[in-house]
Amino acid sequence: MIDFELEPQVLNQLKMYHMVSEQMMRPISRDCDEHEHQKPTQFYESMWAASAAAADIQIGHDKSKKPDASKPAAPRRANLLTVLSTEELCWGDAGLYLSTPNPGLGGAAVMAAGTPDQKERFLKRFKEGKPKWGAMAITEPGFGSDSSAVATTATRDGDNWVLDGTKIFVTAGQMAAEKSDGFVVVWATVDRSAGRAGIKPFIVEHNTPGMSVTRVENKLGIRASDTAMIVLDNCRIPLDQILGSAEVRKEGGFKDVMATFDATRPIVAAMALGVGRAALDFVRDFLKQQNVAIRYGISPRRLTAVERDFMEMEVQLQAARLLTWRAAWMLDTGKRNSLEASMAKAKAGLAVTLITQKAVELLGPLGYSRKILVEKWMRDAKINDIFEGTQQINMIIIARRILNYSSKELN
Amino acid sequence: MIDFELSEEQQMIRDSVGAFARDEIRPAARPADESGAIPAPLVAKAWQFGFVSGAIPEKFGGGGDARSAVTGAIVAEELGFGDLSIAIHVLAPRLFAYPIVDMGTDDQRAKYLKRFSGADFAAATAAVMEPRFDFDLSALQVSARRDGGGFVLNGAKCYVPLAAESDSMLVYAATDAAKGFAGVDGFIVPRAAAGVTVSEREKNMGLKALATYELTLKDCRVGADARVGGDKGIDFSRLMSQSRVAFAALGVGVMNAAFEYARDYAKERKAFGVPIATKQAIAFILADMAIEIDAARLLVWEAAFKLDKGGDGLRESYLAKNYVAQSALKLTDNGVQVLGGHGYIREHPVEMWLRNARGFSAIDGIATV
Ligand SMILES: Cc1cc2nc3c(=O)[nH]c(=O)nc-3n(C[C@H](O)[C@H](O)[C@H](O)COP(=O)(O)OP(=O)(O)OC[C@H]3O[C@@H](n4cnc5c(N)ncnc54)[C@H](O)[C@@H]3O)c2cc1C
Repeated sequence: MIDFELEPQVLNQLKMYHMVSEQMMRPISRDCDEHEHQKPTQFYESMWAASAAAADIQIGHDKSKKPDASKPAAPRRANLLTVLSTEELCWGDAGLYLSTPNPGLGGAAVMAAGTPDQKERFLKRFKEGKPKWGAMAITEPGFGSDSSAVATTATRDGDNWVLDGTKIFVTAGQMAAEKSDGFVVVWATVDRSAGRAGIKPFIVEHNTPGMSVTRVENKLGIRASDTAMIVLDNCRIPLDQILGSAEVRKEGGFKDVMATFDATRPIVAAMALGVGRAALDFVRDFLKQQNVAIRYGISPRRLTAVERDFMEMEVQLQAARLLTWRAAWMLDTGKRNSLEASMAKAKAGLAVTLITQKAVELLGPLGYSRKILVEKWMRDAKINDIFEGTQQINMIIIARRILNYSSKELN
Repeated sequence: MIDFELSEEQQMIRDSVGAFARDEIRPAARPADESGAIPAPLVAKAWQFGFVSGAIPEKFGGGGDARSAVTGAIVAEELGFGDLSIAIHVLAPRLFAYPIVDMGTDDQRAKYLKRFSGADFAAATAAVMEPRFDFDLSALQVSARRDGGGFVLNGAKCYVPLAAESDSMLVYAATDAAKGFAGVDGFIVPRAAAGVTVSEREKNMGLKALATYELTLKDCRVGADARVGGDKGIDFSRLMSQSRVAFAALGVGVMNAAFEYARDYAKERKAFGVPIATKQAIAFILADMAIEIDAARLLVWEAAFKLDKGGDGLRESYLAKNYVAQSALKLTDNGVQVLGGHGYIREHPVEMWLRNARGFSAIDGIATV
């Protein structure tokens, strides 16, 4: 039954996330932006302590748990709760959100492609000890969107896989590879002639000899998050650190990348929502202080340009939000959501890019000033239209689905 | 708790109305647009669905269904997918009946609702819009002045659907212009009343199959019992929110019509040796259309949900309707563009959808859920 209401429990949970945003992120937001590679260790510690206390929410399709017939199945809501909390935290600061110690995209890959044993083995560290990070490395200097072009190789050598290649733009790569007891999921090909089917995910533990962080990027926004180049040079890892099977099947490992995206694209969409709402809330409060009323219900031909712009920002954000909730809800209810996940990501990425740009415009000289955070949100927002599939890549995916075309027919 | 699934009943309604729209309304749409007339048998068939009578209380021979704006939005979308003119026509009697069901006095219900429970289409309508560029629902200029026991109505209305064939209509007028929405009342006015003039049929860019008229009220006197809801009056803001939800839902239907047609065409039509849909410039237009349809539909459902929960839904329905007014125009324009020169020719329906969709920014208040 159609329902758009969040129940009180969930709203309470979200209030807690909101407090984290307000009290732990916003106060250091500007400073972390101005001092790009400085690490807010106190923030890491607090977030780590907080997340250890929280229930471990698992995203993606849950294939591991068999329903218990004796109990009425409680509806699964992990993905919905994840997009809700992500929005709330990115309202605080999207860069800090991405720099939070957690399994990150590496964890999502383990969940999507790992065996039950691997999930246990690689993820349990996130519930104990000191702050840790997980990261995922697909992108290379030679490609970004075309992830079938992976050139990093994994060669079997006795009891080891040997990895060779260069990965770039790895979010939290430095923290995962060198500055904590984390890991990096590296996508490499076991058989270049097999194309996509030969591409497999491997766990590379922190400080594995042969893996080094050679560069950390300077960026337009989300500066609190490190974006690393990782070189793998004769990097040896145990055989059982390939996630899932080593067998090269026609429909093989690449499906796992796609399955990961089904779960992570709504999250990126939710990140965008958080940044967009930050800007919208700021503009709303600002207009109120200036006694500029937003008059809902009057003739559209009597609206001022400011009212029109504000309402457009508001409705675009809500449209993106509803698409995002739907994509997450589909995962929770076991429905295939690749189309809807891409719709949410494409809509939210673009909408929030435009919303934050408009927010700077509406505030005039104040909007452009680094005294307030709105200009930063505009810079932060843009990444959501780029990573986890650019706007264009998501449009291709949507187009293929609605037209029933293969990647050969439309690319 | 967040849920995007229709109930079984809603799914059934969607399927059956959808099939009717696709199989029977759609084929009639172009001829109706050209001739300006909607075939009576089609209207009669639509009547059988109980779009109007369903919500009439059992006491007056109706279905006594609990109304839901979400379900109403689902129905409106399907009908809009069939044809916008025909949809507004077959739903028009609601404009008169629903406010009386919801907000009328017992006497008004007893007097006016039975006519909607019969086997035949009962034309009825409401006069909401006014012929000014900045026409504003919250600042109506048609006035109702108290005079003794009754009221005197003055002013001009436009876009009154089916006015010429409706015996009675509901005329919205400001009893207290300073109060905005709260100062508006609805009056039951017989078409034959003194001071009422119904114009020639209006001629518009689109919605050509829908008969709409201007209405002039010159010192038109009605009794106190003509005021819907008596002294309690009506909640005009709510009525208009319901209308916005209906229009927005109709718009989603039009968007979907344009999308499906353009998508299918693009897979068939070849240029430079390949289907045009395999070119990104076309594929991305179609992908964008698909996103916008879903986005708009969810905004509409959310606004409808707010109304069903008893909220005023003012902001949500306003934003959703304005969103659809823009997107429906954009998507129907895309529809023409994807078909190229062929889209400009009246052989194909896309140009009609573009003309119809332009209406969403101009028209308010003449459909409801
Ligand atoms: C801050 C940041 C963090 C990142 N984090 C990670 C991470 O953690 N792990 C990781 O593996 N990667 C990460 N990335 C990489 C990111 O996913 C890629 O940058 C992205 O996929 C785009 O790839 P590219 O930069 O090589 O652009 P390209 O693929 O070179 O694309 C350039 C332009 O061409 C367009 N384009 C490409 N192909 C097509 C096509 N077929 N049709 C139409 N247009 C096309 C694109 O949309 C884009 O506009 C990150 C990037 C950034 C900037």
